[in-house]
Amino acid sequence: MYRYDEHDHALVQDRVKQFRRQVERRIAGEISEEQFRPLRLMNGLYLQLHAYMLRVAIPYGTLDSRQMRKLAYIARRYDKGYGHFTTRQNIQYNWPKLEETPDILAELAEVEMHAIQTSGNCIRNVTSDQYAGAAKGEIEDPRIWCEIARQWSTLHPEFSFLPRKFKIAITGCENDRAAVKVHDIGMIMKRDDAGEVGFEVIVGGGLGRTPFVGKTIREFLPKEDFLSYLEAVLRVYNQLGRRDNKYKARIKVTLHETGKEEFTRLVEEEWNAIKDSTLKLPKEEVDRIAAHFEPPAFKAFEDAAPACDARAAADPEFAAWLRHNVNEHKASGYAIANISVKPVGEPPGDVTSEQMDAMADMADEFSFSELRVTHVQNVVLPHVEKDQLPALFDKLTEAGLATANVGLLSDIICCPGLDYCALANARSIPIAQELTKKYTLEKQQEVGDLQIKISGCINACGHHHVGHIGILGVDRKGEEHYQVQLGGSASEEAALGKIIGRGFTGEEVVDVVDKILDTYLELRQEDESFIECFRRLGQDPFKERVYGTA
Amino acid sequence: MALLENRDDGATEIEDRFTLVGDEDALPESGGVIVSLSRFEAEKGALIAREGDLGVWLDSDESPSTIEGDLGSLAVVACNFPAFSDGRGFSYARLLRERYGFKGEVRAIGEVMLEQVPFMIRSGFNTFALRDMKSLEEVKAVCDEVRVVYQPTGDGQATALQRRLGR
Repeated sequence: MYRYDEHDHALVQDRVKQFRRQVERRIAGEISEEQFRPLRLMNGLYLQLHAYMLRVAIPYGTLDSRQMRKLAYIARRYDKGYGHFTTRQNIQYNWPKLEETPDILAELAEVEMHAIQTSGNCIRNVTSDQYAGAAKGEIEDPRIWCEIARQWSTLHPEFSFLPRKFKIAITGCENDRAAVKVHDIGMIMKRDDAGEVGFEVIVGGGLGRTPFVGKTIREFLPKEDFLSYLEAVLRVYNQLGRRDNKYKARIKVTLHETGKEEFTRLVEEEWNAIKDSTLKLPKEEVDRIAAHFEPPAFKAFEDAAPACDARAAADPEFAAWLRHNVNEHKASGYAIANISVKPVGEPPGDVTSEQMDAMADMADEFSFSELRVTHVQNVVLPHVEKDQLPALFDKLTEAGLATANVGLLSDIICCPGLDYCALANARSIPIAQELTKKYTLEKQQEVGDLQIKISGCINACGHHHVGHIGILGVDRKGEEHYQVQLGGSASEEAALGKIIGRGFTGEEVVDVVDKILDTYLELRQEDESFIECFRRLGQDPFKERVYGTA
Repeated sequence: MALLENRDDGATEIEDRFTLVGDEDALPESGGVIVSLSRFEAEKGALIAREGDLGVWLDSDESPSTIEGDLGSLAVVACNFPAFSDGRGFSYARLLRERYGFKGEVRAIGEVMLEQVPFMIRSGFNTFALRDMKSLEEVKAVCDEVRVVYQPTGDGQATALQRRLGR
């Protein structure tokens, strides 16, 4: 993985000093909260319902055991012993003290981490496929390009005061695990007819109160033009994006109002003016960064894994974990192990210091010290020898991290909701907890692949638009209320769910999900997943069951 | 209000040799003036013929492309920031310098936040009308806070990449 050189180090350390001075000025009363606000936001520090919240970037979701231990230490030393992994490959601390936040940033800088641009109307943490560098069928490791984008976007002088926040996701696989089509810019690595590797560029996707699936504005972008094209899109957006209404300020609205054709024309025109500038990437720099992402020294294995197979045959729990939490790896004899940090009844995404330390130890022992965090708020050990999986499973069990529910009903995406967030209309965590308590793991496994996503308000941090079942908390005359929508997806077949009808109370919504699942189980054909079944049948049978009418 | 100029040895307070003339106001007999884009468009001939240097100020929804052909007659282009969060002026400054090759003064006016000055310099501004400046030392300190830059812009500062490649 990428290691900072002297320049990267110097920038992050300067940034810590700068923020320390800003915090000192605030505490001394030299600047008002109003003046401090834009400064703290540029370092990921929010003022929440009860306290400050610090959002730390985990660039493209990759971290090593040393960094994970630092995150654990920060949670223990500066917070209440836990952190919260977000849907954008960040970690949030919910209880830091303002005067200690510069110290936290200094601790992070020691392990090449930061909170730069994790909030504010700027280019945010660039996200990627959590299986990057390990996935079968990957064209190229997308993290090389994420890192190039990270550096280019860091303290960008022109794009730090955009109309609105700006999120970029890049994947190197056809199977989209990074939800690239619901980002401001999504890039998919592909080959052109000549076999050259480049990017499909998708613009204007997004969730929030006006959800859109992004549109392809360039079928193929050569690698060397990666930065000039990004700069062209951002420059057009910075000038054209609406400043009069923050709810219409995202690039998805700009694209929609300008029209794809005209928007594309403007981008191409701008790009033609700058593509041969100093933004053109020299091959030696791409090679330098790519060298950091060389695969670890995999041993040469036959694909057979006798120890793993024997354990699976004898131990149904291990077999279930293998089936649901373990994915195919590009190197034979290796596997990708997902760690569910969503045990039954706990808030999705919350991880204790002890769990973080345990996962760091396991990364050292089983996965070349490497970990990933996912946009579905789980953790991944990307490179595990198959025959080591039983030993890993035992350690996970010991640490309470062996829940075999990845991709299942209880693998819920859920925002912090009204329990923490100043914007929320309703609580989302308790709904997730009720749902996960209601279904046994056996029942969830019977239901199979199912993505439930819950947001506590229309800002959609819980991605409810792209949940197979999406639940949205709303305020109805001062009461918490929940709308249910069906049919969304964040995959390569991205789709937005549709609301099925009038909303429900918190108690009712759990039963509604139950009725929806019963309908599916009755109507599914053979191996049909929930989303496939929904696509075949449409809303009607589900609505009929829920409301008693079609 | 202080007018600052970015020089090789840092920010310096300078005297403003331009008068910002409102759309209804009479032009002064002599000396530099800055007028709005609409007044410039309405009275272009007379303004260019007039004694004294001429400048135009652009509001944040007025692209510099509208005056591209007139830049040779202008000594200063000012970009207004109606709110610190309205960052269109950063793109305008880069276009003026890097696309249109404008060599005159590019001035930031309006709600200019001290912490934005380093970004403004990188984008091509060379003067700043700072509303509440405490001291020049503070401005200089803010400008020197972050020593590394990643993005190539027209300011010619060596980027991290250029340093890596020894260029």
